[in-house]
Amino acid sequence: MNNDTLIPYIGVVTDIRQDTPDVKTFRVVSTEGGKVFEHMPGQCAMLSIPGVGEAMFSITSSPTNKEFMEFSIKKCGCLTTWLHAMDVGQQITIRGPYGNAFPVETELKGKDLLFIAGGIGLAPLRSVINYVRANRSNYGDVQIIYGSRSKDDLVDYKEIIDEWMNDDGIEVDLTIDNPQEGWNGHVGFVPNYVKELNPSINKTVLICGPPIMIKFTLAGLKELGFKETQVYTTMELRMKCGVGKCGRCNIGNKYVCKDGPVFRFDQLGELPDEY
Amino acid sequence: MLKISLDKLDKLFEAITASKTLYIPVDREDGAAEYRKYKSGMKLSNALNTVRSAKDFFFPQTENLVDFKMDGKNIEVIDIRKESEDFVIFGVRACDARSFTILDKVFLAEPVDSYYKNRREHGTVVTMACTRPAETCFCGTFGIDATSPEGDAACYSDGENLFIEAHNEKGQKFIDSISALLEDGDTAKLEETRSKTREILKKLPLANLSTDSFGGDKLNEYFNSDKWGELSESCLGCGTCTFVCPTCQCYDIKDFNTGHGIKRFRCWDSCMYSDFTKMAHGNPRLTQLERFRQRFMHKLVYFPANNNGEFGCVGCGRCLSKCPISMNIVKVMKALEVK
Amino acid sequence: MQEAMINKAKQLLSEGVVNRVIGWKRGEFAYDITPAVFENAEEIEKSFVYDDFTAANVSKYLVKESKKDGKILAFLKPCDTYSFNQLIKEHRIIRENVYIVGIPGGPKLDAEKIKAKGITGILGVKNENYTLKIDTIYGEETMPFYEAVLDKCASCKSKKHVIYDELIGEDGDTLDSNRFDMVEKLENMTAQERYDFWRSQLSKCIRCNACRNVCPACTCEKCVFDNPDSGIENKAPSDSFEENMFHIIRAFHVAGRCTDCGECSRVCPQNIPLHLLNRKFIKDINTFYGEFQAGEDITSLAPLNEFKQNDCEANIIHERGVE
Repeated sequence: MNNDTLIPYIGVVTDIRQDTPDVKTFRVVSTEGGKVFEHMPGQCAMLSIPGVGEAMFSITSSPTNKEFMEFSIKKCGCLTTWLHAMDVGQQITIRGPYGNAFPVETELKGKDLLFIAGGIGLAPLRSVINYVRANRSNYGDVQIIYGSRSKDDLVDYKEIIDEWMNDDGIEVDLTIDNPQEGWNGHVGFVPNYVKELNPSINKTVLICGPPIMIKFTLAGLKELGFKETQVYTTMELRMKCGVGKCGRCNIGNKYVCKDGPVFRFDQLGELPDEY
Repeated sequence: MLKISLDKLDKLFEAITASKTLYIPVDREDGAAEYRKYKSGMKLSNALNTVRSAKDFFFPQTENLVDFKMDGKNIEVIDIRKESEDFVIFGVRACDARSFTILDKVFLAEPVDSYYKNRREHGTVVTMACTRPAETCFCGTFGIDATSPEGDAACYSDGENLFIEAHNEKGQKFIDSISALLEDGDTAKLEETRSKTREILKKLPLANLSTDSFGGDKLNEYFNSDKWGELSESCLGCGTCTFVCPTCQCYDIKDFNTGHGIKRFRCWDSCMYSDFTKMAHGNPRLTQLERFRQRFMHKLVYFPANNNGEFGCVGCGRCLSKCPISMNIVKVMKALEVK
Repeated sequence: MQEAMINKAKQLLSEGVVNRVIGWKRGEFAYDITPAVFENAEEIEKSFVYDDFTAANVSKYLVKESKKDGKILAFLKPCDTYSFNQLIKEHRIIRENVYIVGIPGGPKLDAEKIKAKGITGILGVKNENYTLKIDTIYGEETMPFYEAVLDKCASCKSKKHVIYDELIGEDGDTLDSNRFDMVEKLENMTAQERYDFWRSQLSKCIRCNACRNVCPACTCEKCVFDNPDSGIENKAPSDSFEENMFHIIRAFHVAGRCTDCGECSRVCPQNIPLHLLNRKFIKDINTFYGEFQAGEDITSLAPLNEFKQNDCEANIIHERGVE
């Protein structure tokens, strides 16, 4: 019998990094070493601990990383609490890749890119950012606006400081919600910061964060003159199968697991407001 | 057409069971019908349809997907899939037969669901034309002819004889396996029965129900309709409509710890249930209105949008007779439709 | 009766006593009636119905409805008033927000019983001197009225309204019903026979939860069977025996609170006589702790909620279990 996507592979957790007080990044390889499967930036995978639960997570590492996959996971439910408690060497089950991806090889090619992220929302964008960094000549200017509750809640802070900020042609603008000792950067919410920075409306925008942040940021972008056709986001709804059959992650006739998770706002606008 | 006398049905069933497992609808003590594995002496039900639809054969309420053995930090994945046995479902009505093509569009689309496909390949669907449709029937609304059911092979009764014809290779093989019992028969009386049934179908109370107002392009007309509140106000949020529906196919995947291993199983789920879309950080369908709307929007708008206009309903009428508060797709269509 | 109810509803609406009415709405056929809230006289004129098929107990809807603005008129049959009382006792309904008009009850009819006779294509059902004249696509059929009566009405316990603001028609009395007959029959079976009986019944369950969701005693805001954190949340049995447990646990949970309204069996799509489980508990409670009818009043303590020195010892269960 052919392999069935519902039957998972085994992944081994080879590294666990405490990113923020409630976010850890897990490095996963196959039992033979190397990646369990290939993916494109924005795609997701179903991770599970049998008996505990299974859930969809975006793959945070870039496909250009040939050695392993990474998942940045916020502790918020039953499975994620278990994942946060486990140690290096633990095996997990993994299946995927699921969903579409950001159109890095088509629509985004040659464009100036603006990434806007809030909190754990950086996780799916990190895959694209590192993909773009690895294929730098294919893209124009890159601007990253990223905000979190506090300095400690900025995911991948070390990578941002040590790598992204040192790259040519990448502008990183960080902000935190409230003033904090040891923070000399910008203070304020992401939507306001985006307006303050007044990015060029020629940029193509990729945005991910809490729904409320996305809502106000999108409104701000429109005020600045951005069109919905220029802005991409990635969605998350409850999923079980990952392949558009179990029937629960639909927005209208589109399944987030299969037709998404990446949507352009003009496409999303045609769907019912039920997410 | 080939035929067998109705009083020789038990011989027919015995002949089928010689090579394959056979399921037929039988009457229960409470008067309702259900499919059972054929055993000698069982009588074919005269009921129009079974309470549970025939989808159970290909998409059972619960099934084991995969086993896991946990050993310290290690996990072993055990593929428990086995080749299905060959089986025959006899007496499937035209509505349920059509439901299989609808389920196929979900489960056989890439990536193919191997569990469903396995049973689909090993199952032979032998349908039975209707002669006494009920007031709750509206298969005609979806272009189904109850007197000419689909399926691998179809049967038609004229009251004395059962006529059988194949629709495909699988059906022909089925007929070949029982050909010793069949003889050529005159279909004059059968044609009379069928045309009588067609007359009845035209006179059914729901015969004029139309899908004209619905389809994949009708999202905006109906999603924000103010009718949903009234339509869903009495909904109990149970899963009766979903579970008796031959086309409802949403499922959940869960793990069960047996004490000596984990079984990952899938089971029917219902969009009517409050936890269907519940996540750690919220729920996009907070009240019964949204859940109720989802079920009907799926059948009347979303499914056709994704499947070349085909609706996710076959008009079997089960939800009409089984909903505890008698709210159903017909009432929804009549309330929403634009005249 | 229907006309008197419509007039009463319109009167109370126009006087401003209530701003909504909960009752029953006409369907496509003679029997497919939906509980509904009516907000004005026109809606009532158009689709309010009260006839032989208006069996649904609307009490549970009042849990939600009584928390909305204004007062709602509820037409309650005698059996429904027991459920209503029990819900008041459990602080689920705001009494002040409901105006109860007691109406005569059943016996109500079960369309499934008519269909089980092979009668199909039903276009209309009339009761003529307790013979049902059923108009069908295939001609007229007749059957005795009492053969189509709902199980819950066939063993009616009371024609008395235990709570109301006013009545239409006269109040009845509690009845000497035969409702424990089948329970006794089950008690007299051998353990194996009884086990076989319940296995054959409960194995039909499709776990649609209609019994739980319609049950006026099941008003937990979060049912343990819907709670993923409970460890027993399940939509389907993980093995063939587990299904029995759902119903047995539910029967335990409503024991002493179940008024025997019979809605569980009425709505079961698989015709499982679930009410027999509840009745067994009612019968046992009566035997062990003295006669008790849940919902009869709103002040008495339920037998399982209080402790008396002369309560029977727990080992009585063991002793009775010995054959």
